[in-house]
Amino acid sequence: MHFADGTIPTDYLDYVRRKHLWILGGIVLLFLLLIVSISVGAVSIPPHEVFLSIVNGIIDRINAFLNPGTALSVSSTDRIVWNIRLPQALAAIVAGIGLSVAGVAMQSILRNPLGSPYTLGISNAGAFGAAVSVILLGAGEMHSTVADAVTLNNPYLTTMVAFVFCLLATGVILLISRIRGASPEVMVLAGVALSSLFTAGTMFLQYFADDTQLAAVVFWTFGDVGRANWQELGIMALITIAACLFFLANRWNYNAIDAGDETAKGLGVSVERVRDIGMVVAALVSAVIVSFLGVIGFVGLVCPHMVRRLIGDDQRYLIPGSCVMGGILLLASDTVARVIVAPYILPVAVLTAFLGAPVFIYLLLVGYRR
Amino acid sequence: MILDVDGVMFNYRSAPVIRDITFSLRAHQILAILGPNGVGKTTLLKCMNAILQPKSGSVLVEGADLLTSDRMEIARKVGYVPQRSEAGRMTVFDAILLGRRPHIRWDVTDADIRIVEAAIRMLSLEDLTLRYIDEMSGGELQKVSIARALVQEPRVLLLDEPTSSLDLKNQLEILGIVRRVTTDHNVAAVMTMHDLNMALRYADRFILLKDGVIHAAGSPDVVTPETIEAVYGVLVTVERYNGFRFVVPLATEGT
Repeated sequence: MHFADGTIPTDYLDYVRRKHLWILGGIVLLFLLLIVSISVGAVSIPPHEVFLSIVNGIIDRINAFLNPGTALSVSSTDRIVWNIRLPQALAAIVAGIGLSVAGVAMQSILRNPLGSPYTLGISNAGAFGAAVSVILLGAGEMHSTVADAVTLNNPYLTTMVAFVFCLLATGVILLISRIRGASPEVMVLAGVALSSLFTAGTMFLQYFADDTQLAAVVFWTFGDVGRANWQELGIMALITIAACLFFLANRWNYNAIDAGDETAKGLGVSVERVRDIGMVVAALVSAVIVSFLGVIGFVGLVCPHMVRRLIGDDQRYLIPGSCVMGGILLLASDTVARVIVAPYILPVAVLTAFLGAPVFIYLLLVGYRR
Repeated sequence: MILDVDGVMFNYRSAPVIRDITFSLRAHQILAILGPNGVGKTTLLKCMNAILQPKSGSVLVEGADLLTSDRMEIARKVGYVPQRSEAGRMTVFDAILLGRRPHIRWDVTDADIRIVEAAIRMLSLEDLTLRYIDEMSGGELQKVSIARALVQEPRVLLLDEPTSSLDLKNQLEILGIVRRVTTDHNVAAVMTMHDLNMALRYADRFILLKDGVIHAAGSPDVVTPETIEAVYGVLVTVERYNGFRFVVPLATEGT
């Protein structure tokens, strides 16, 4: 076959440039939002001070790393920024990116617009794990010395058990897909069955729990990005970045699968293998986030659809676009959650849908952008 | 020979769906696989690019056995146009660019874009380049599917009922494109078809399948009232008009 006389059409290049501009605009917006998010709160810090504190803090830390013994700046602004607000804001961004990219991958792999970390029962498995750790293993018993009745006295145990159950759910789904073939229908239905099973298990445990345990379980299921410390943030970021790179490397495969299984096979894609591995990666990144932060719904399901409405279904733009959108939505939700009923701070999971649903419905109404 | 199929057998459970399928095809030739619903036409087509793995037999493209090659290598030699493909929110250009998948390493190159542009012109899709494929008609979508298979730069093109849901004008246009591509680009094409008259008009080799085996194979001369009756169970006469052969059904049993 010969196509020697082909040219490069400029209108297509313009079109590609527009897609890139959308994503770039999103990244800029995310950075601005990061500054705003850190500046607002019980003590408000002017945005330029936030910016300086972050830049200086990074320089200080590099210095301290290169010349051990150098003291870090300890101004009150720096302490608020670096110890409280920056890790929380970054956790919101990382979790938003991770959940959203897991959602976009699952939607493609499962050929189902309702694909998200919920669909496969991963979130519910995590919640069940938390309930097991609190009620059966005693991670949430009230200490007489702890004033707050719903404080988990062993958050690491809860995280570990939640993570184990998330992986268990993933394992069962993969096992079923091994036996029955990795068809999207089987995976989705297995996920629905597992979700119900874990929900029933959680209810069963809750029935026999005392007030404190019940409160602790419910508290855990409200996903909260304020829970993560720098170390946990590091783990989440590492896995999220690896997952994003993996999904990006598979963008052509997902595009091919979106065009139909047979088309994809005709284009040289090993559809079953791409499905299986993609599922493991998506499940892993969701499991890590759910077990550190609790259940955060909506982001994984809806962010990819918002981006589809804005820039289309092409995975080359959809994957990075969903990452940016996930970061923006979760960070914006967390910022609002911290200030809306100040001095109380709401867990972000309460607000993602409040903020995201109207935006999504608006996008549904105005239709696709060209 | 560009394509040699030898002794291909496939079974879903115990009973073979197709067996003893042997034929070969030269460049520039179009082969029409004919036969009633459920006889195994699509199964045979899928065996020829290992979407279904035959239980025995071999499929050689220019002497290399496809059934032992990996998927990407197959996709560089055989283009497959399925009966229907999903239409997402993608532009025509990007949907065709997807056909470069077997050749792309990390990202598209200028060469890939040039090839897609040339294929778009070949199929007269220039005015639709940036249209979204979920807004297109069946005929336009079928052209995109064919263009996608063409930019794979295959030696063999497989088409599963390429005209089944198209109007008369689109049928002629699509089959005309297949004809042109095979003549101009040194390619062999294999199509499954239901419309015997369209097959007689555009194909030059024929296989009539009956009960999973080849009942008759060869030039248009094998399409006779006797073979049609044996394969489809319908009484017909084959007439000639303007140099083309036409299959005209007589009364079927019970009418």
